[in-house]
Amino acid sequence: MIETKGARIGLRIWTIAVVLFLWIPILTILVYAFNKSNIQSWPITSWTTHWFSAAWNDPDVRSSLWLSLKCGLIATGIALVLGSMISFAISRFKFFGRESVTFLLLLPIALPGIITGMALNSFYVFAGVPFSIWSIVIGHATFCVVVVYNNMLARLRRTSPSIVEASQDLGADGWQTFRFVLWPTIATALVSGGLLAFALSFDEVIVTTFTAGAQTTLPIWILDQLRQGQNLPVVNAVIFAVILLTIIPVLVSVRLTRDTGVIRRR
Amino acid sequence: MLLVPPVAAFLVVYVGALVALFISAFWQVDAFTGKIVHNWTFENFSDILDWSGPYLRIAGRTIGIAAAVTVLDAILAFPLAYYLARVAKPKTRTLLLIAVLLPLWSSYLVRIYAWRTILGHDGALNWTLNKIGLPDVNLLYTNWGMLIVFTYIWLPFMVIPVYAALERVPDNFLEASADLGAKGWRTFRSVLLPLALPGIIAGSIFTFSLTLGDFITPLLIGSGKNQFIGNVVESYIGVNANIPFAAAFATIPVLVMAVYLLIARRLGAFEAL
Repeated sequence: MIETKGARIGLRIWTIAVVLFLWIPILTILVYAFNKSNIQSWPITSWTTHWFSAAWNDPDVRSSLWLSLKCGLIATGIALVLGSMISFAISRFKFFGRESVTFLLLLPIALPGIITGMALNSFYVFAGVPFSIWSIVIGHATFCVVVVYNNMLARLRRTSPSIVEASQDLGADGWQTFRFVLWPTIATALVSGGLLAFALSFDEVIVTTFTAGAQTTLPIWILDQLRQGQNLPVVNAVIFAVILLTIIPVLVSVRLTRDTGVIRRR
Repeated sequence: MLLVPPVAAFLVVYVGALVALFISAFWQVDAFTGKIVHNWTFENFSDILDWSGPYLRIAGRTIGIAAAVTVLDAILAFPLAYYLARVAKPKTRTLLLIAVLLPLWSSYLVRIYAWRTILGHDGALNWTLNKIGLPDVNLLYTNWGMLIVFTYIWLPFMVIPVYAALERVPDNFLEASADLGAKGWRTFRSVLLPLALPGIIAGSIFTFSLTLGDFITPLLIGSGKNQFIGNVVESYIGVNANIPFAAAFATIPVLVMAVYLLIARRLGAFEAL
């Protein structure tokens, strides 16, 4: 500790202020879901839970929610398969073009989403691929793969390859080695990568605007309503649900990867 | 062998699409039929680079705000990251890291919308200002409003790499500096800051790139008068259907990012990612 006492108090105040800055907007919008009035002004004077049932019974909300869930699940599935396969290969073997593979994987998150979206959009138009759930899923998979890949790679780098050799030396066959040695070490990383990928896909909007055509995922529905300034109370209720739906998987994921994620015990 | 099919699929779809996009930047749209004609031309680029046209101003605004957001985020993030890495106890640290990371994963659209209600004329900000006896401010639909919202949504992307960089600085470096007679400020400037710099650069890659490519924030917080590159590109893909022009305009953020990444690599930011 080289900081003076004053410096430490200053740092603490700064930290609290920044964390409040991060959370106050989210808490504010959560509270708006219970606003009785149609007008979005502060302070809220009367309260209701009516908008939740209104949102639940809205056919547009339902169909877009359903589409978002389907896209999220399929994209996550693809990401789990591809992401874990690639991370295995990268961590275990040295091969020609290894560096370029890692670079290519990072492209979808290093390039602005609008570029990925446009590129896919013009690819679909030129190749004559019709817009469907699959055009959305491919767009989402580009960045979901990276999330699973990163999570798995972090775990694999911390597990020694010799445990697999040890298992084989002790006479286990391929399946047994996978089931009893490899799987227990990677399972939580896989689940957590999948949850993060789902959370990302579920509220992705930029790439989706370019790959959805006339279809509406939940975030696209929200954006449309906001653009037109319609149905704002229903939007607030939907947003309340969306925040919970994305935050819960992430919290679970953080718990599962406590020792390999950013948040790790020392 | 395991790797060949997925990587091949990825290559074909993603890289193929990127290449096709930038080739199309040199094509044109027929004014009458609205179809893309494969005439090789630099016209899209000369339209963008025309000083009397709107596009250079839009590009300038986008890059300027992206740079300002990056600087602001670095200033906000550094003391927080320092506190996390070197002052906080392990339990507090875990809690604070979750508090910083969660907003990042909670819907980005929602967080922009939250600011729209807060900054609005009857919003929570003006209510608070009035409570403490200050006059209203109208930040919604202004560049200042966008600056605040961008700084807000990308802040966690800056905190994490700076935290990671500071966490790796060994305590005895700082003790050595103190033993050699450096006062607190001198240690900060000559020891801590250079060691944290790769982390700051790594964070700035995110804050800068994400701001350059965004069009939702200008859409919801800005107005027709202060558009970003992203808004123009989006409108030329959707409503105005001129993919070649959109592609040409989109090369600006890509080029800016390419140059930025090259500089970042020189400064050693990639090891800090």
